[in-house]
Amino acid sequence: MANLLLMAGVFLFFFVVGYLLISRIPTLLHTPLMSMTNAISAVTILGVLILFSAASTRTEQIIGSIAFIMAAFNLVGGFVITDRMLKLFKKKGKGVQE
Amino acid sequence: MTETYSAMNLFLDFSVIGILILGIWLFHWPHRAKLGNLVAAFALTCAAVLVLYRNGIMYPYIVLMSLVIGSAAGYWVAKRVTMIQIPAMVAFQHGAGGIAAFFLSLAELMRGTQHLGTINEISGLLGLAIGALTFSGSMIAGGKLSNKLGQAQLILPKHTLFVMINFVVIIALIIAALFAPVGSQIFLYILIIFMSILFGIIFSIRIGGADMPVLISFLNATAGLAAAFCGMIIENKLLISCGATVAASGSILTYVMCKAMNRSLFRVFVPIEAPQSKPAVKNKQVRVAVPVEKNNFEKAVEIARNANKVIIIPGYGMALAQAQFKVIELASILELMGAQVKFAIHPVAGRMPGHMNVLLAEAEVDYDKLYEMDEINPEFSQTDVVLIFGACDVVNPSAIDTEGTPISGMPILMAHDAKKVIVCNFDANPGYSGVENTLYENPKTIMLVGDAASTANSLIDALKVQK
Repeated sequence: MANLLLMAGVFLFFFVVGYLLISRIPTLLHTPLMSMTNAISAVTILGVLILFSAASTRTEQIIGSIAFIMAAFNLVGGFVITDRMLKLFKKKGKGVQE
Repeated sequence: MTETYSAMNLFLDFSVIGILILGIWLFHWPHRAKLGNLVAAFALTCAAVLVLYRNGIMYPYIVLMSLVIGSAAGYWVAKRVTMIQIPAMVAFQHGAGGIAAFFLSLAELMRGTQHLGTINEISGLLGLAIGALTFSGSMIAGGKLSNKLGQAQLILPKHTLFVMINFVVIIALIIAALFAPVGSQIFLYILIIFMSILFGIIFSIRIGGADMPVLISFLNATAGLAAAFCGMIIENKLLISCGATVAASGSILTYVMCKAMNRSLFRVFVPIEAPQSKPAVKNKQVRVAVPVEKNNFEKAVEIARNANKVIIIPGYGMALAQAQFKVIELASILELMGAQVKFAIHPVAGRMPGHMNVLLAEAEVDYDKLYEMDEINPEFSQTDVVLIFGACDVVNPSAIDTEGTPISGMPILMAHDAKKVIVCNFDANPGYSGVENTLYENPKTIMLVGDAASTANSLIDALKVQK
């Protein structure tokens, strides 16, 4: 029960933090934002890493490696495409400093 | 499975999450967002190193091979995709995230049948279901966004009933899996996956092309939720916190999109059956052909040449015609002639939240010329001319002055307040909503019907000659 409360608490806390943080992001950046959070949702890759840290059956290995490939695709693809998009946003005069 | 956390471990966990939050926080400023993205990527790399360090690895070759295959594919696709394809790409990536989530849940459930706590098991089953429906829903959304599937809503007979039965069946299967004897659980898991995939499909096929911004944001939220449930199976706080943050982000974007279209989430997902088979033609039986006067073009050039304050409204039609580069060339010529040019971006101008901004940024518009709807609406009345390229429903005054149309109540860009309006659309037909655009019949409107890119080009040539 304590575990449930802890996990629900962690979830709620970060849901609220995420909400406060993201609701003020300008609409200008909503597409890169979604593409980046999409990459962050590939955090499941950590779960697969943990899965592979212990002995597994052949079936688990196959299922795990599919999950890993997909998560890696999502993770790398998401960050790379976000980077490409954000490079496009420029402001006159200020140049590309920063 | 509970690890005894030392103070050091707790500190490291919070540092990683802190770095991630910092990355998202940097998205508050357009010029810092790029750094923010890198910071977030760095945070996840740190998290992976931390996990490897704590748990070690039993199958390094499998991990390495999967990593190489997945990242190479991700990198390859991300480098090649064009900006107009971004929504489809993001949808397919949500799908990949969904697969990862339900396969991870499946593997954990199979391994842990004997020693998982009830809470962990419930989380695993929910991870299965939400991951699987995120996967299939995203595939449908991606298919529609990349034009591989038809844009129209596909409504089956008794569609709502079908969705509800499917939902109840999934819940029943989840409950059954909790109480099933150890040997037979695997069949229930697979059934849950199949039913959830089916659910994702029938849920998304009836959502039309123009409502995709809502669907894609919603799937963003479910992908985060699936990751959070994966975290709850193995009681990993990093997964739970990242998943929760993504779920929050997706929920906000879903809400923003619904508000911009003046639709409730429920109405987007459960459209009225038999949708506008007959366009709501306003008190006219036959559509009046918009008079295409011969001198329309000269008039438009004249107006554009003398304008001091210009607002350009780009719509998805412009992007489809790949006209943004020409439109921006036109904007810079107007600026050279001394006019002040601003771009007015409706929230649903593209196919995902903020998509139009990316398309214009790609065509090298400075982002400080891109204005949000609420910001620019008061300025239309002092504007000499509004140039509309491939936008229809988002400038249709019927949304605010006519009751009972599908777009009534939708916030629009107040183009009709400007002194003159030049519409450069492909045709004078109603937009996606099927509602006649009364702006086209307004005496101050000049219609330049035709391909947006060639219209912009002709305007550029004419303005150059007379400069």
